[in-house]
Amino acid sequence: MKPAQFEYHAPTSTLEAVTLLKNHVDEAKVIAGGQSLVPMLALRIARFEHLIDLNRIEELRGIRLEGDTLVVGALTRQSSAEHSELVARHVPLLHRALPKIGHFQIRNRGTIGGSIAHADPASELPCVALCLGATMTLVGPNGSRTVDASDFFISIWQSSAEPDEILSHVAFPVATGTSGFAIEEFALRAGDFAIAGVSCAVTLDSDRRVARASIAFMGMGPTPLRAHEAESALVGTRADAVDCAATARLAVEATTPGDDVHASAAYRTRIAASLAATALRRALEEADNA
Amino acid sequence: MHEIPVSIEVNARERRALLEPRATLADFLREACGLTGTHLACEHGVCGACTVLLDGAAVRSCLIFAVQADGQSVTTVEGLTPEDGTLNRVQQAFWNNHGLQCGFCTPGFIVSVEALLRDNPHPSDEEIREGLSGNLCRCTGYQGIINAVREAAGN
Repeated sequence: MKPAQFEYHAPTSTLEAVTLLKNHVDEAKVIAGGQSLVPMLALRIARFEHLIDLNRIEELRGIRLEGDTLVVGALTRQSSAEHSELVARHVPLLHRALPKIGHFQIRNRGTIGGSIAHADPASELPCVALCLGATMTLVGPNGSRTVDASDFFISIWQSSAEPDEILSHVAFPVATGTSGFAIEEFALRAGDFAIAGVSCAVTLDSDRRVARASIAFMGMGPTPLRAHEAESALVGTRADAVDCAATARLAVEATTPGDDVHASAAYRTRIAASLAATALRRALEEADNA
Repeated sequence: MHEIPVSIEVNARERRALLEPRATLADFLREACGLTGTHLACEHGVCGACTVLLDGAAVRSCLIFAVQADGQSVTTVEGLTPEDGTLNRVQQAFWNNHGLQCGFCTPGFIVSVEALLRDNPHPSDEEIREGLSGNLCRCTGYQGIINAVREAAGN
C-alpha cells in the first residue's frame, strides 16, 4: 500500500460524478482504468484528497456507430475496443494501435477515455485521436461540449478539459472511400512507451492522387504533433509517386523532441523520420490497393 | 481515514474485509485473505508479479484498489491449483522446463499464461513472447519460461 490516503467515491451516473467533481474540484481526481493514475499515486507523483471512480457508470461504456463517426464511451476497456468488430471495420487505425498499448493485462483494465484524458504525449491513443481528427465530448456542471483533438492536447498530461469536466466519449471519424492507415513505433521492449512513433492516414481521389493526408507523431514533443506542412505537400501527388523518405524528413521538422535517459532529441528525430517513411508508404500502399 | 466494507468472491469463496480505500486488491488478497501466492514487487504496475484474474480478465492487482473490486470475482494462483496439492498443467510445464529459479515472479507468470492459453490455446512463438512481455523475471531467464508455455500449449 503505497498511495497516500484519499476518500473514495463510486458514482453510478455521469451527473452524480460531475456533481462530486464540482464539490471537490481542487482536491479531486477521476479514476477510470487507473493504469497511469495508480502508479502516479503509488510513486506519490500525484496526490488527491478524493478519488471519483467512474467504473460503475454504465452509460460511459460501449461502442456504437452514429452516422459517419464511431462513438466510443470513455470507460470502454482498451481490450474491448481491441476485439471490437465495429472498431476493426470502421476505424482501422485505432484497431491497429490498440495492441501496441502496454501489455494485455494493462489493456484489460485501461480505458479509451482514460488514456486520451491522461494526455501522455508518448502514448498511442492521443496520437491516433489527433491523426484522425477525433472529437472529445466533455461533461461539466453546465452541460456538455465537444472539443476537436487539435484543441484538446495542451501539454504533457494536460488537456483542455476543465477541472470540473469529465470526458464522456470519443467520436472517431469512420474510414471512407479509398483510404489507408498505418501506425509505427519503436520501443526498447514490447509494451514500453515508444521512443518515437507515428500514425498516418491518407485518402486518395479517383485519379489515385492524395486528397487528404494526416501524419501525427507521438513522443516527439509535449503533445502529439501533426505535420501540417508535409501533409499539404502530399496533396495532389499520385500515391505511387510520393517520395516517402523526403516527406518524412519534412514531417519531422514539425516536431520538438526532448533529450532524456532513453534517447537524445537527435536520435529521436532520426527514428521518427524512418518510422514516418515506413508508415506513409504502408498507408499509401493500402489506399492504392483498396 | 475511515474504512470501507468490501466483499469480493475470491477463488469461489466470498471474502469480506474493512479496508482503507488506498488498500490495493493485492493488499486485500495477501493481508485480509491470507492468500500470499499473489506477490508484490514493484507495486506500480511494471513487474506483473501480482497478476490475478478479475472477472476472468488478467489484471495487475496492485493497480486496482480493493474497494473498486467490491462485488466482483477474483481468481488467484491458489485458485488455479488442484486442491490435492499437485501442480496444474502450466505449473508442471514450468517445473519441467526450468521456468522458475527463485520463484518470486512465478505466480504472476502462471496467472498470465493461464489467461493467454485460455484465449489462444496454441500461440505462436511470437504470441508467447508478446503474452509474456507484461511479466518480469530477474533470475531464471525467459527461455525456460517460453519453453514451458510451448509445452503447456502442446506446441
